[in-house]
Amino acid sequence: MEWLQQLVNGISLGSIYALIALGYTMVYGIIKLINFAHGDVFMLGAFIGFYAIARWDLGFFPALIIAMLLCAIIGVIIERVAYKRLRNATRIAALITAIGVSLLIENTVIYFRGASPEAYPEVLSNKSISIFGANISSQSIMILGVTIVLMILLQFIVHKTKIGKAMRAVSHDPDAARLMGINVDNTISATFAIGSALAGAAGVIFGVYYTRIDPLMGVLPGLKAFVAAVLGGIGSIPGAMVGGLVLGVVETVVSALGYSLWRDAAAFVILILILILKPSGIFGKNTREKV
Amino acid sequence: MAEKKTLKRFASLFLASTLIAGALAACSNEGTTKESGGSSSSESSDVIKIGANLELSGPVASYGSSIGDGAELAVEEINAAGGIDGKQVELVKVDNKSDNAEATNAAIKLATQDKVTAMIAPATSGNVIATAQIANQNKIPTVTASGTAPNVTENADGTINDYVFRTCFIDPFQGVVAANFATSELGAKNVAIYADNASDYAKGLAASFKEQIEANGGTVVAEEAYVADDTDFKSTLTRIKSANPDFVFIPGYYEEVGLIVKQARELGIEAPLMGADGWDSPTLVELAGAEALNNTFITNHYSSQDPDETIQGFVDAFEAKFSEAPNAFHALGYDTVYYLKDAIERAGSTDGEAIQKALAETKDLSLITGTFSVDEKHNPVKSATVLEYVDGNQEFNSKVNP
Repeated sequence: MEWLQQLVNGISLGSIYALIALGYTMVYGIIKLINFAHGDVFMLGAFIGFYAIARWDLGFFPALIIAMLLCAIIGVIIERVAYKRLRNATRIAALITAIGVSLLIENTVIYFRGASPEAYPEVLSNKSISIFGANISSQSIMILGVTIVLMILLQFIVHKTKIGKAMRAVSHDPDAARLMGINVDNTISATFAIGSALAGAAGVIFGVYYTRIDPLMGVLPGLKAFVAAVLGGIGSIPGAMVGGLVLGVVETVVSALGYSLWRDAAAFVILILILILKPSGIFGKNTREKV
Repeated sequence: MAEKKTLKRFASLFLASTLIAGALAACSNEGTTKESGGSSSSESSDVIKIGANLELSGPVASYGSSIGDGAELAVEEINAAGGIDGKQVELVKVDNKSDNAEATNAAIKLATQDKVTAMIAPATSGNVIATAQIANQNKIPTVTASGTAPNVTENADGTINDYVFRTCFIDPFQGVVAANFATSELGAKNVAIYADNASDYAKGLAASFKEQIEANGGTVVAEEAYVADDTDFKSTLTRIKSANPDFVFIPGYYEEVGLIVKQARELGIEAPLMGADGWDSPTLVELAGAEALNNTFITNHYSSQDPDETIQGFVDAFEAKFSEAPNAFHALGYDTVYYLKDAIERAGSTDGEAIQKALAETKDLSLITGTFSVDEKHNPVKSATVLEYVDGNQEFNSKVNP
């Protein structure tokens, strides 16, 4: 039952990509900015969770909630300090600022605690359950559960609440939304807060699942999640979820076939192919040019 | 409007201060890592300077700083006992940041600015090779405590790096010991190899292990590789599991090995796992967890639980100074200084060529990590120790002679 096991491995990896990809896609959807600092918010989330568990002796769920809250605040601060003033600047200026913020966060963390890795303490009991010959750890079921709950919650916020409605309106047409009395600034901040909270949650989950965290851990998962977002159709929330899961499974299949050294390459080949063949992604709408 | 302005001012102040903090961070780093800078020009003949080009930060910082601590203890003891030929020893530490290019720079600095008599080379093989040319050119005898790849002392064309020596045994020997241990002690027949694809060290170990296990009549049922900095090994481990090996050899460094061991156990691989000295770090136990590490073995340079008297004397002295049990890198760093001391005394001078000759002629030198003589390829011929992890602690299993 090797293939069932591989599928489980792929979905676990993919659900982490999906959580990070959601933040990318939401921010892109609303202000057309690829927020490259997003991977570093994910890293900060992992560290906040680590300190909450290891230093303050909290359980998994309190640590998860603290990490999400603090990351939401950090996300809003990043937006207010670095991106807000660039809202009417060229796209490239905002993009370069995002890369700058990313480097600033990484090096600030390295300055304060050094670059050495940290091992996550074991907070969730880890038993293996054997189903059809595949070993599924109780941790990965828990993680998948948390991911699904967060995604449902997100769908609910976006489609059923007032702020969600505002977000969709701003994403559609910011000027018209402003004319309708929507506070665009607050809506954008809310988007950053929600996206960053999801990245923080992904950070804690990553730490619990893979144990090792370090200040540069956000770089590669951040890029992979970006690929996932593009694959699903950037700007589309279901697209990010599907893109993340597909990417996780594809990477696992590549390793399972014995090409483990090509795994990272596979992710970026997907990015190139998608950009050439279907730039709007799996779920993307054909973008209409505004005149 | 006024409010907006203050906010703006606050924001720019915040940005400016973070920038300044960053700049200061860079400065202060310079300050601490190059702590030797000040005394470099003052050359006095009653001090023997030994440079230490070590991984004090970066991914394998645990090795470099351990060697540094061991060397420090040895220097302290030697100075307290009157120094080498009446001269005090001064240890000049430089951080090579676990990076090849930085290792070369650090060697140049030690050779040309600090004008050291001898150097302790970096901990990992790749970094030692990066300093070999500098050592040969400046005729500075260089000893690596733990660079185990054969090509550290012997170049690909068979020539010897005249000024490069080592205190540890070499990879092929570790691979052979592991293979023999697997066959005779564990009865392994179908083995899997999962090696770090990016390091000379792991590739060398995997090659010699494979050769020996096949000579012993075993079969390699799976041979896989990973890249450093990976975090998800499950898909490859699942592949290994389906090949159903009764023994898995994992040469690599602790940062990845810790995760591999944990994930292997989660996937239900119960076979004994074995590695080499690259596993030896407290971080390994934190990453893998004590339970997952049960039924794993490593070959190593020494064990702090070895009942031997001189070893226990060293362990006590080390614990008194650093209040922790010394690992193999501590012991090797300590031995490296005594290895140099022995050679400098026999050479009777601080001249590079004389020390080089004395190092090459070392015979039956008794140190913590074993008694050794140096062969014509500058490799010490010495014994290896096999350790077993039991509930997160390394337990002495057996000693294997070459």
